[in-house]
This record gives sequence, C-alpha cells and structure tokens, in this order.
Amino acid sequence: MAARPPDIARGPGPEPAGSEGPLERDLAEVERELRDLRRITATQHMDLAAQITALEARAEELREAIARSPSPWQTVQLARHSGRPRVGDYIAGLATEFVEMHGDRAFRDDPAIVAGLGMVDGRPAALVGHAKGRDTRENIARNFGMPNPEGYRKALRVMRLAEKLGAPVVTLIDTPGAFPGKEAEERGQSEAIARALLDMARLRTPIVTVITGEGGSGGALAIGLGDVILMLEHAIYSVISPEGCAAILWRDGSRGREAAQALRITAKDLTEFGVVDEIIPEPPGGAHAHPDAAVAAVIAAVHRHLAAFVGRPADALRAARYEKFRRLGRLRDLGEPQAAGDAPQAGKAVRSGGGRAE
Amino acid sequence: MLNWLGRPKVASSQRREIPAGLWVKCPRCANLIYRKELERNFRVCPRCGYHHRLSAADRLAIVLDKDSFEETDRSLIPEDPLGFVDEKPYPARIEDAQRRTGLPEAIITGTGTIEGGRAVVGAMEFGFLGGSMGAVVGEKVARSAERAVDTRQPLILFAASGGARMQEGTLSLMQMAKASVALGRLADAGVAFLSVLCDPTTGGVAASFAFQGDLILAEPGALVGFAGRRVIEQTIRQKLPEGFQTAEFLMEHGLVDAIVPRPDLRPALGRLLRFCGAPVDAGRVGAPAQGWASAESPSTDGRAPA
Repeated sequence: MAARPPDIARGPGPEPAGSEGPLERDLAEVERELRDLRRITATQHMDLAAQITALEARAEELREAIARSPSPWQTVQLARHSGRPRVGDYIAGLATEFVEMHGDRAFRDDPAIVAGLGMVDGRPAALVGHAKGRDTRENIARNFGMPNPEGYRKALRVMRLAEKLGAPVVTLIDTPGAFPGKEAEERGQSEAIARALLDMARLRTPIVTVITGEGGSGGALAIGLGDVILMLEHAIYSVISPEGCAAILWRDGSRGREAAQALRITAKDLTEFGVVDEIIPEPPGGAHAHPDAAVAAVIAAVHRHLAAFVGRPADALRAARYEKFRRLGRLRDLGEPQAAGDAPQAGKAVRSGGGRAE
Repeated sequence: MLNWLGRPKVASSQRREIPAGLWVKCPRCANLIYRKELERNFRVCPRCGYHHRLSAADRLAIVLDKDSFEETDRSLIPEDPLGFVDEKPYPARIEDAQRRTGLPEAIITGTGTIEGGRAVVGAMEFGFLGGSMGAVVGEKVARSAERAVDTRQPLILFAASGGARMQEGTLSLMQMAKASVALGRLADAGVAFLSVLCDPTTGGVAASFAFQGDLILAEPGALVGFAGRRVIEQTIRQKLPEGFQTAEFLMEHGLVDAIVPRPDLRPALGRLLRFCGAPVDAGRVGAPAQGWASAESPSTDGRAPA
C-alpha cells in the first residue's frame, strides 16, 4: 500500500467538522462589524466612513490571505465563487469575431453550454464551455451550468466542425455536473457523455482544456478529454461533489469539509496525480477579486499551448492523447515482479499501463 | 420486442448440485422458488420474470462455451492513491470485498467463445464495492479493448456498476477517459464492441464504456441511468414514475438496441458475433455452455450485497 500522501491541510492538523480556520473566523468578525457600522451610518446619521474604509481594507487583506493558502474546503468555496470570470468572459478575451452556434440539430439549444467558432491568436478555433450565471436569474436561465444531453451533443457537433476545418478546440470547464433531471435521463444523459468521450478521444485536432472553476464529475469530463489539461489555481476537479461524497459515506451532507480534504481535488493534488498538466496561477485574492487578471492568465496559457500544437500531425496528436489518459490511475500487478527503474516507487504504486500481464 | 433474436433451445444439463438453501424468495413477487427450478431458468423467476442478479463468474459461465474461458489480468489489484478513510480505510474495504467475492477486483476479463465465435469478454461484479470503477477496472477494460484490437476479436462487456469509485477520487473519474481512448482505438480498428447492460448500470460506467457499444443490449428490468433516483427526485422535487430508468424505459426512449431475456442471451450474442465477423473456433461450434460457475456464488440469491 502506498504511503499516505502528505497532509495538505494547512495549520496544526485536520480541522474538525464544522469548524472554520482562524482567518475565516477573523473575516466573519470583520464582516459583522462592517454590517453594524453600515447600519449605524444609515439609521443614526453618523459619519463612520473612516472606520468603514479601514475595516473594508482589513476584510480584503483577510480574503487575500485565505486565497493565498486555502484549505481544500476553502478552495471549493473559491472555485464556486459567483464573482469568478464566466465562460463569456474567457471567450471574449480569447476570441475575436466569436460566432456562437446553437442547438444539437435534434432537440433544442442547451443554454448551459456555450459553443462556437472564433479567431484565437490569429487562427480559427472552436470554443466550448459550461455557462454558469452571475446571479440567480441568469443561473436559472443557464440551469446553473448543468448541461442536458443536448448540450453535450451541441459541444461535440462544434468540435467535429473544428476537426473538419483543421481548427483546434478550447474547452472551458465550470459546472457542478451534468443535470440530474428526468428529461435528461429520457434523452440519454449517459449516452451523450459516453459519446462525447469516445469522439473526443478520436478527434483529429488539438484540444486544450482549462478547468476554470468547478470540475463536477462526468459532466465536466464530457468536454475535458484534452491533449493538455490546464487548471486555475483555485479550481477543483472531482469525481463527486464533497457534499455528495459526505452524504454517501457518512450519510451527512454537511461534512463536505472533510470530504473535500479526503478527495484531493485541488489543482496541486491533481498535478501530483498527473490528471492536470499545468496550474494557472490566480491573481492575489483569487480570480473573483481580479477577474480581468485571471482571464489574462488563462489567455496567455491557452495561446502558449495552442502555439505548441501548430503543425502537429493528427496521428501523433492522437497517439499522445491515448498515452496520456491510458496511464492514469494507480494499481499494482502482483503477477509481474517490479523491474528496477520501472517506477520511482518500485514495489508500490505503479501507474497503470506500465506493463502488460497476460 | 422480446423476440428480436428469437427464442432459443437451451441445454440445461450441466448444473451442479446445490447443497444448501433449497428455496429462494423472489425479491419482486415474494414467491418461494425451488432453487433448482430457478437455476434451470437462468435465475429468472418463473412466476414474474424477475432477473435475479448474477455474479460476474456466473454471467460468463452461462454465456460462454464450456471450457473456453481464459482469464486475463487477474493479477491486477488496486492501490490507495488518496489514503482514503471513511468509516474504514479503503484498503480494508477492498480486502472485505475480495473475501466476499473471491475476486481481486470488480471485473473479470478474458477471452472465450460463444457458440464457437471468439470474443474478448469482461463481466463486472456488482458485489465488489458496488461494481465501482477504479484504476483496475479501467485498466482491465482498456487492456481488453487493446486485446480485441490485437486479435481482431469482438469485445463484449457486461456492465453492472454503481459508477466511478469515490475512494480513488478524480483518478477514478479518469478511468472513464482511459476506457474511452481504448474503445476509441477499437472503433478505429473496425472491431465491434457489444455492450450488455445488466442490473444496475449507472453513473460513470453508464456514461462511458457501457454506452459506447456499437450494439447495446439490456437485460429485462435492469436499472440503467446516469443519476441516482433520489438525486433526481431531490433536484426536480417530484416523484419519478414507476419503471423510470429501467431497460424497458430505455427501449421506449430509443437508447438500447434490444432487451434480451437471459435465456436468449447466449444465442443472441453467438449470432451477433457471427454478424460481427468474429473468428470461429470450429471445434466449439455446437458445444454446450459452461453452466453455473459456482453453486455457492455469493450473489446467487439475487440480492444486492450489503
């Protein structure tokens, strides 16, 4: 059995359920004081502007401190922050002359996925991403970024068009997951995701994937089978939401904090596991604090990777994509003695695909 | 609909004796069934048609030709990449599952023949941590696809799974991608993939290889879907109708090619293998099926394991 990986919790040890870190407590206290001062200003006509300004600065400092080294659970909150850039912001920054394409040609247009063509760094490219809203109204219109089968079918249609045009694909992941609805099942949510995975695996054009916020399980992966996987510093990518995991394992959805830690869903963890190729650093305070800077960081990284794919033959591209995903996962082969140098942790965790036993 | 592949004549000679538990209660109609009668009927309730769940070994034994199965990759066992502990550590859960099922992991893979047609086959074991897909299941599915490419034998996978294995975290999600790249290569090679959806097939397994088949068959009454019933009911705040996410529901919505009653499964697959150009092992044409793998198989009573 592999040694337990280093504990990623900051501070003296794992936080007990329901507790908050000291920075979070301080921030809550400052925010409470701010609310009081604002109420006093409004109701008693006192000028407390100086105190309010000072407290606001303190709150901002604390938020930045939290974002500098967030716990896994804090990372979950950051990844879901409504102030983070949305797919529209990234597309506006990445592409000029964007033409959005609608519909799966069979049932309807899914507003939870935005897909289309644009000029990226002087070349045509397809852009596909989950669309979360900024506020409740927009979120309802976009189904909180949770696609139905027709969303994945639209995404795939646009990716296939890119393949035909010899244009690369950029996918932007930010979803709680595929929509768990009655109609979604009737229209084949499983089939839509399965088909997206199979066809992305075979796509004869480069795919650059960026996890920008919430990478919610199969609904995220369905547009995430990229040649290179980039991840914003405070994004998450998980097989199940921490709350869902806690509800199943401990029959208590409120123990998400523990599950967030156990599941190891941060960019840093996933880089260690080889799931993520590169972390895109976020501006101080997080992407929500400086959305323009976050968008700029994503643009720079995407441009750099797209440039590296220019001129790569499709067969080589697909062979590399095959190897990339084929290797993922840790397992042990009891039937095959560990060859020296086969894996750095010889005798323990070997990457799958490292050897074939018959 | 049921007779799409025609009703076969089934040999029922090579059953083993059942030492204990002469009677079995059907979980659907609650009737007591004489165990031997149930076995003769492929563990389909003779009263109500309920398809009792099968272990992976029994599944292979009732479809494959006698003595044709050669298991592959049995030596692969899971790691604990996260150091995951819930009520007990993940390695302890694996050991329990191994003890209960006698299997190293949640899928058996290998090669065999069905009515003489050669195929690469894999059957999932729902009794092993809910048939969940971690690195080993993903690896064995991928290796099976690669073996099918190398030998140009069609691939048949029997899915029975609650989805991705939470205890392996995001790496288990990546098994969906791993299986998909391997099956993509199989598709490129022009070799057929037959997927059989057994009870239950949900989550990340449904949303990856189970629905990537060129042909998708389902067992009557099998629960098949992406999201769990409870999650959907909580999301839409209404009760789901009776029969939601069953094989019959899938058929109605155009999501499966055929619902094949279990007694028809072997001849159906045999016929499809011929259509798919499977190499023929002439010596096995006309051979009987293997028969039940084990009289005391842990999941022969059709109940979901605890």
